[in-house]
Amino acid sequence: MSSVSQTFMKLFRGSSGPESIPAQGAQKLTRRSSGLGELSRSWESAEGLCVLDLGSTSPTNIRHFTEHGHRIYSEDLLTASTDPELLTKDEHGIAALDSRKFLAENLVYPAAHFDVVLGWNLPDYLDESLVKPVVGRLWSVLKPGGMLLAFFHTRDAGPDSPCHRFHIVGADTLEMQKIVLRPEARRGPTGTVRTAVADGFQLQRVFNNRHIENLFRDFASIKFFLARDNIREVLVVR
Amino acid sequence: MSAPASGLAQIGKSVFIKGELSGSEDLYLDGQVEGSIALKGNSLTVGPNGQVKASIDAKGVVVQGKLEGNIQASERVELRKSAIVTGDITTQRILIEEGASLKGKVDTHRTDAK
Repeated sequence: MSSVSQTFMKLFRGSSGPESIPAQGAQKLTRRSSGLGELSRSWESAEGLCVLDLGSTSPTNIRHFTEHGHRIYSEDLLTASTDPELLTKDEHGIAALDSRKFLAENLVYPAAHFDVVLGWNLPDYLDESLVKPVVGRLWSVLKPGGMLLAFFHTRDAGPDSPCHRFHIVGADTLEMQKIVLRPEARRGPTGTVRTAVADGFQLQRVFNNRHIENLFRDFASIKFFLARDNIREVLVVR
Repeated sequence: MSAPASGLAQIGKSVFIKGELSGSEDLYLDGQVEGSIALKGNSLTVGPNGQVKASIDAKGVVVQGKLEGNIQASERVELRKSAIVTGDITTQRILIEEGASLKGKVDTHRTDAK
């Protein structure tokens, strides 16, 4: 690779790969996140922000935001999507999840309510029938100028990439922990057959840049950060 | 799991209450309640078998079971690892154990003095 292209790639490789944390009991990894670093500047300089965390309930994240004087909402959308009552059939008779029912029970907030949405890796693991409706709802609950952070696997990550939950442990540092579904959330061959595998979730698809741009086409701007661990971080602004 | 202290007012796991529950002493609740719970100046503990669909107003709230409803605590809220909570929490201090599930808002702004 020429020095010019190496320099070019360095501009995008703002995030480093995962690192092991020794002696933590459950396997936890830390990773630098350029997207989080840019996002965190907004909550460090502002007061009373409204933040929505769409990952599994994280005591670390709740403490992080409440200590900064912000309001945090926690909603585990991926686990909510395993509800077998969501199972329906689309117009072609193919099994799908009922996005209207899902959005009637989840992400129910006033319009333009949030300054920040932490979407983490939700789009990669969410059932196909829910991805676009959920992104549409996220657009409506974000304030104009509000920001959403999401992570996407690149093709090199492989189909068996484990689904992680994310804990904010620094301005640009995340702790990653593999999601283990509660036994009561493993609902068998109904709602979870499409997304849940054993005690975790299965990667549903790999978005390329064009897919991601298309997914967030209603947003005002989009910024990509490539990481060395086959993750593409995306920061979008409504 | 912490067991209720002796002498503490208790609602056992076979009890179902529908309506308004109020009192002026600490309460351990391991049954089912639907309605509202007001223990201003005192603490409520929802035990591991507790299933509560109620708004709660108390000094301190500890949840080990299932709760649907908003919590207003003048001092402290603790969600233990078995807690499943759907509702908004307003308190000064909050402790959430790893494994607890929360769907709702956490607001640690100081509540108005009453």
